[in-house]
Amino acid sequence: MEFIAPSLNYAQLAPILIVLAGALAGVLIEAFAPRASRYSSQLFVALFSLVASFAALVRVRTQTSVDAAMGSVAFDGVGVLLQGSILIIAVLSIFLIADQESFTALAASVPGSEEERDAVQSDLRVTEVFPLTLFAVAGMLLFPVASDLITLFVALEVLSLPLYLMAGLSRRRRLASQEAALKYFLLGAFSSAFFLLGIAYLFGYSGSITLAGIQASVIGGAGNDVFLLLGIAFISIGLLFKVGAVPFHAWSPDVYQGAPTAITGFMAAATKVAAFGAILRIFYVSFANAEWQWKPAMVVIAIITMVFGSVVAIAQRDVKRMLAYSSIAHAGFLLAGVIALSKTGLEASIFYLFAYGVATVGAFGIVTLVRDASGEVGDLNRWSGLGKRAPLLASAFAFFLLAFAGIPLTSGFIGKFSIFSAAYESGSTSILIAGVLSSAVAAFFYIRVIVLMFFKDPIEDGTSVVIPSALTTITITVSSVLTLILGIYPAPLIDFIATTATFIR
Amino acid sequence: MNALTTMMLLPILGTLLLAVIPNDQVLRIKQAALATTLLVAASGVLAWFNFNAADTSFQFVQSVEWIPSFGINYAVGVDGLSLVLILMSVLLAPIVVLAGWNESEGGRWSTKVFYMLILVLETMMIGVFAATDVFLFYVIFEAMLIPVYFLIGGYGSGDRAAAAVKFLLYSLFGGLLMLASIIGLYVISGANGGHTFDINKLSELHNYMSSTTQNLLFLGFFIAFAIKAPLWPLHTWLPDAASSATPGTSVLLLGVLDKVGTFGMIRFCLTLFPDASKTFTPIIITLAVISIIYGAFLAIGATDIKRLIAYTSISHFGFITMGIFAMTTQGHSGATLYMFNHGFSTAALFIVAGWMAARRGSSTIADFGGLQRVTPVMAWSFFIAGMSSLALPGLSSFVSEFLVLVGTFTRYPVAAIIATFGIVLAALYILIPVQKALHGPTTPGNENLPDLNFREKIAIAPVMAIIIALGFYPAPLLNVINPASAHVLEVQGFTDPTPSEGAGK
Repeated sequence: MEFIAPSLNYAQLAPILIVLAGALAGVLIEAFAPRASRYSSQLFVALFSLVASFAALVRVRTQTSVDAAMGSVAFDGVGVLLQGSILIIAVLSIFLIADQESFTALAASVPGSEEERDAVQSDLRVTEVFPLTLFAVAGMLLFPVASDLITLFVALEVLSLPLYLMAGLSRRRRLASQEAALKYFLLGAFSSAFFLLGIAYLFGYSGSITLAGIQASVIGGAGNDVFLLLGIAFISIGLLFKVGAVPFHAWSPDVYQGAPTAITGFMAAATKVAAFGAILRIFYVSFANAEWQWKPAMVVIAIITMVFGSVVAIAQRDVKRMLAYSSIAHAGFLLAGVIALSKTGLEASIFYLFAYGVATVGAFGIVTLVRDASGEVGDLNRWSGLGKRAPLLASAFAFFLLAFAGIPLTSGFIGKFSIFSAAYESGSTSILIAGVLSSAVAAFFYIRVIVLMFFKDPIEDGTSVVIPSALTTITITVSSVLTLILGIYPAPLIDFIATTATFIR
Repeated sequence: MNALTTMMLLPILGTLLLAVIPNDQVLRIKQAALATTLLVAASGVLAWFNFNAADTSFQFVQSVEWIPSFGINYAVGVDGLSLVLILMSVLLAPIVVLAGWNESEGGRWSTKVFYMLILVLETMMIGVFAATDVFLFYVIFEAMLIPVYFLIGGYGSGDRAAAAVKFLLYSLFGGLLMLASIIGLYVISGANGGHTFDINKLSELHNYMSSTTQNLLFLGFFIAFAIKAPLWPLHTWLPDAASSATPGTSVLLLGVLDKVGTFGMIRFCLTLFPDASKTFTPIIITLAVISIIYGAFLAIGATDIKRLIAYTSISHFGFITMGIFAMTTQGHSGATLYMFNHGFSTAALFIVAGWMAARRGSSTIADFGGLQRVTPVMAWSFFIAGMSSLALPGLSSFVSEFLVLVGTFTRYPVAAIIATFGIVLAALYILIPVQKALHGPTTPGNENLPDLNFREKIAIAPVMAIIIALGFYPAPLLNVINPASAHVLEVQGFTDPTPSEGAGK
């Protein structure tokens, strides 16, 4: 048997490889650097590799090829846009993660044990969160450009495994945090199994694991349609789990609440971009010609997701759980872009993902700042009068909420308009109506938080807003400014997406 | 520079100016706000004189690409209809500032924030009438809710937060229905000659719609406007909002913001969906007549002076809506003139009622009595405002109410006859509070109420002058309104019924 050396296009893979290299360097720092210098060197390596990766991406943005890694990676306009979004969101998230106040001192210690107290007293820090983040980012960068199912699965695991760990790193309420991590891991493993099963069926159907090969079989129509249906169904379960679409959403409120808030923000924003990137690629490339097989089911899932997320969010009393349900509702809105199955739908989805991701990181950044003596305050009732305590931060949070609600002059409105018009243009009237009605429901709970912050008097219970660190300030400022700019003058980004966003097969 | 854009920019500049004045220089802040609104009013009057009434196309037009890939422009322009409403808005703004000189002081936030909100709102009030791009209109229509929301919730009295939320949720719900319709228009325009939001181009689009589509899109717009205007049964937010807000905010809310609803019915419902408008006319006329009578009965039963004025407005908006959907030139001219006059007569009522309530510390009608003796100038002002509200001949509202009734009678005699009872009821709901509050023995506690001071006299004088002058000589306004009304009807093929000879035989 002859061995063929793999031919890799290193320039096009550079964004992923740089982040992976940064992650490995982080592991080495963790092993060999003295404790005192770990934090600063980890932060530096993380930021440096993300920025370098972005620079590499900018350099090769116009080269497109299916052969970046022997047909396993498709480097195209959509990939560039999604990778760019993920990197920007990752940098903003790293700034939040750099505030180590909310992370446990020693992840391996038993909650409440002597060991944990010692670790806290000796001021240990979980600097391993930086390489973990980088590994997750590398997986996320690979996920939306993977063009065969095995690579896709590897990317899925590379991005998921670090996230499972990171969810368990919270400093306060460690049991809840660890429970969240375990829940996320178990359900995630379960969904991965579904995903693998889907790969098997699709291989059985088409005899190929590449997206292009499956597409050819779907067009040819020679295979056994039962296998195709099962394959689409199982792959979808794996992917819809990651984005938190109903009925595969059960993990997300608990994980959002249990995980350290900086991680929640990262997870909510970046994972969504990566996972929707993969969904868009698979459905637009491989399954586009089988739309009658999956569209009806997807329409139902999208509508249930929007409505369920919006309605259940009303009952939430915890800010992170509320944002979790809001993110479920947004997953439903984003599915409208998948269902549209058109160029405008694709562009709208990318814009929406970026806009939503940026606003999400900013919003969670603010959540990290509202604290009392025992850590962050999630209970919404205790957010009363925040507008008096910290007018600027409360205004920024209100602005993000308005963006989530899709009020004009925020990026959320442009996103909502473009994604719904794309869905309606492709004939999904039901999506438009469900989307508009659930937006109306969603407006209710976003506004309730604004009322709490601005129109209620503060309760004197020790809740306070800490002065944000410089890095957190940067994240919140950049997110608010981007959300505003994309709401007032989105034309440059929309045009850039329109000229860039094409799939190559 | 374009006259309309300048008018919209001036308040923004004023806002920036306010932002740099220190918080504690309250007087300076108020003066700056007043100067800004006066400047805007002056430029509004200037635009009025530069307007060519004979030309029925949009004037002072400016169009700049905003989001080209969606066909969205920043496009402004006025015809007679919108010019009249803009003039009303910019004239009311300085009056509101001057009349409510001290009303920001009971607020949750500083005086500075109050006037910044007012000025931002003024920009949007001009923009919402001037927009000739449906998307731009929608953006302002939704965005202007936010400053009003904070004005009610932050500076109002009573259960202001609840009233603000009720107002916002009602409006957002209507707005989202309208968004669905706007997306519908966008998609249909894309399928018939390219995406556009230009009102002139969209007005031809109804030829390409099925009647079901047209009906649905019409309803999306109409329900949003019927909430705004408020039409029975969608009116329940108004009394709460108007009685909780400061008098100045209520003037802007009832006088200007609600007019966006009736303005929108003419500009969008009739122009974009002429066939659907005809289809729904019987239902809408019925609702309008119910509003007229129902609002009047509520007003008669009201014990709170502010709620009473809010209820009378429901009745008045019934008249305006009826005039619009009668689809006769007289009805239309009357409705437009009614919008202008209602702005001033309601402003007068609310401003004086606000002064009365501020002096007495209560807005219950029973707490007043004998004010004619104690505070003659204030009592006379209230009396004239009240007479204008009940459309006494010789005061401005008479002309418009008469035109509306005549215009309606030629097509819907039964509706016009029932609506005439509204005039009788109006006499009741105005004369009862006039009798209770102004005449009779002085209620204990009222003996030492101060009469209007110099500032207050200056504020109310122009309103009184306009009410009386336009009552005797409405020609300057009607000369601008008549061609515009005729044009609106003519474009979509609505014709006046030919007078029948049957009645004369």
